[in-house]
Amino acid sequence: MITFDGVTKRYPDGTVAVDDLSLEVPTGEITVFVGPSGCGKTTSLRMINRMIDPSGGRILLDGVDVTTIDPPTLRRGIGYVIQQAGLFPHRKIVDNVATVPYLLGWDKKKARDRAMELLERVGLDLRLAGRYPFQLSGGQQQRVGVARALAADPPVLLMDEPFSAVDPIVRASLQEELLRLQAELNKTIVFVTHDIDEAIKLGDRVAVLRVGGRLAQLADPATLLAEPADDFVREFLGRDRGIRRLSFVPGDGLRLRGDLTVPASAEVSSVRGTAEAWLVVVDDDGGPLGWIAPKDLPDSGTLAGVPAAPYGTFVKGRDSLRSALDAALLSPSGNAIAVDGSGRVVGVATREALDEALARVADGARG
Amino acid sequence: MGEEPLVRWDWIGRNWPEIQELLADHVIMALVPVVVGLLLALPLGLAGARWRWLYQPTVGTMNVIYSLPSLAVFIVLIPITGLATRATIIVPLTFYAMAVLIPAVVDGLTSVPDHVRQSAVAMGFTPLRRLLRVELPIAVPVVLAGLRVATVSSISLVSVGALVGRGGLGYLFIDGWQRQFPTPIVVGVVLTAILAAVADLLLVVAQRWLTPWSTARSRVREAA
Ligand SMILES: Nc1ncnc2c1ncn2[C@@H]1O[C@H](COP(=O)(O)OP(=O)(O)OP(=O)(O)O)[C@@H](O)[C@H]1O
Ligand SMILES: [Mg+2]
Repeated sequence: MITFDGVTKRYPDGTVAVDDLSLEVPTGEITVFVGPSGCGKTTSLRMINRMIDPSGGRILLDGVDVTTIDPPTLRRGIGYVIQQAGLFPHRKIVDNVATVPYLLGWDKKKARDRAMELLERVGLDLRLAGRYPFQLSGGQQQRVGVARALAADPPVLLMDEPFSAVDPIVRASLQEELLRLQAELNKTIVFVTHDIDEAIKLGDRVAVLRVGGRLAQLADPATLLAEPADDFVREFLGRDRGIRRLSFVPGDGLRLRGDLTVPASAEVSSVRGTAEAWLVVVDDDGGPLGWIAPKDLPDSGTLAGVPAAPYGTFVKGRDSLRSALDAALLSPSGNAIAVDGSGRVVGVATREALDEALARVADGARG
Repeated sequence: MGEEPLVRWDWIGRNWPEIQELLADHVIMALVPVVVGLLLALPLGLAGARWRWLYQPTVGTMNVIYSLPSLAVFIVLIPITGLATRATIIVPLTFYAMAVLIPAVVDGLTSVPDHVRQSAVAMGFTPLRRLLRVELPIAVPVVLAGLRVATVSSISLVSVGALVGRGGLGYLFIDGWQRQFPTPIVVGVVLTAILAAVADLLLVVAQRWLTPWSTARSRVREAA
């Protein structure tokens, strides 16, 4: 656990970058520092590994004041990832990753083996190991940066806008990768960003800072979206806050109808009499084929021969209400198909069911 | 009576041992200043990069020295280092080399990107180790570029020393000119040019070998 205890940083020119910051970064979780440019995120982060020393207050690492630890020793136990990756241009990728193990005096073979293991872990082609950094794309360099930070297996990882310099698609995949790694490794991560969407996606907890380095709110993402502490936080969360909140509402609460599903092998005549406007056709394995409208059916044959309209699905028990709503909007019927983990249809969330669920969310917001 | 040929090979054959001696003398007087200059430029360049206020005065002084005509400096030094001694040539050329190499060392060190330096700090390098393992290696291409300039100009400046009695291959120019006899002049010019070309080539090879990460980068840039 990392504890900020009344931490203040005043630069020699008088700028107060961080003002009386007190918060806790729990072990094994991702805590995101988010806020506008110049609000003191980088300064706060660098006080943890003593690249900057506070002018007031204390920072404790598992109860030990970091200013009592010799900086190189402290830093070798804390991984650090920055925006431009900061790779050493004169060292091959494998040696870049092995930097901290070398500093810790591991023998070369062991350090390199460890580096190769990590390159694999962060999803890099091992053939890149013998290259120099300039021969890699920005996204690949960033992965190397993460591998390097993890090389000596530090319990704490500091990340300062690590994914800001890459394009949105690469950024999304790096974010996924980080979450996947974190699920395996359970590091204590402090992640700095100015992108609130990134903060909400990655953070177990999000600390919103305002300019002058004061903490505006510290909460888990769902609470942050549902109950912003003040106008600053509300403003910072931006538009679509209500919609984005749905990402944190489980889709489990949706009432599902099981009677709107028909097998593709059924005769057209068998569904002609139904009062429903739309039905889901499923294949032999129970997978969805699409929507059909009983009133426009041909005179004979099976449903397999009927052209089906497009559809969207969400996974029951895993996906959020937002995914379910998205699935509904992808179907001409306005209904969302619920599937299980292996893609079999388990029911249909109708517009009425979605409406009820949305109403419950809106009720929650009122309270 | 036929035209006097530009090069009389028989003269070269007869004087070969002496030409070799001049060549060796030339090499020593050209390279000692570069090596000593580099050894002095490293600490001074480090200091200049570390304490920026030192940089301008140092480089300013060096530039003033660089602007002094070499012949004048040789003459001024004669009472101290002696007529026709190697020292009379080597001492000023060392300063000339430093004038090129100190800025090269400083530029090399400032060419280290800030994020690279920061990440070295963040990973727990001590300052000395960071200098030796990160900053100096990254400075190498810029320093080597300066070293090429210093070496070639040092090789050409040695000849001027012939006017104060010690100029390596430069002696051949004076000799040929005084006797209105072109062969020694041609030999002097060709050997000086070859010497400069060989020295430069060796430095380029050293650069490719020492900094594969940088030669590869410039090759990519050329291709782009
Ligand atoms: N070395 C310094 N000397 C003086 N002021 C500084 C120094 N470093 C940062 N500051 C100031 O401190 C404040 C906080 O800077 P910091 O870099 O921590 O912000 P940040 O939240 O990381 O911003 P960004 O999102 O732009 O990276 C800013 O006003 C900045 O100008
Ligand atoms: Mg910053």
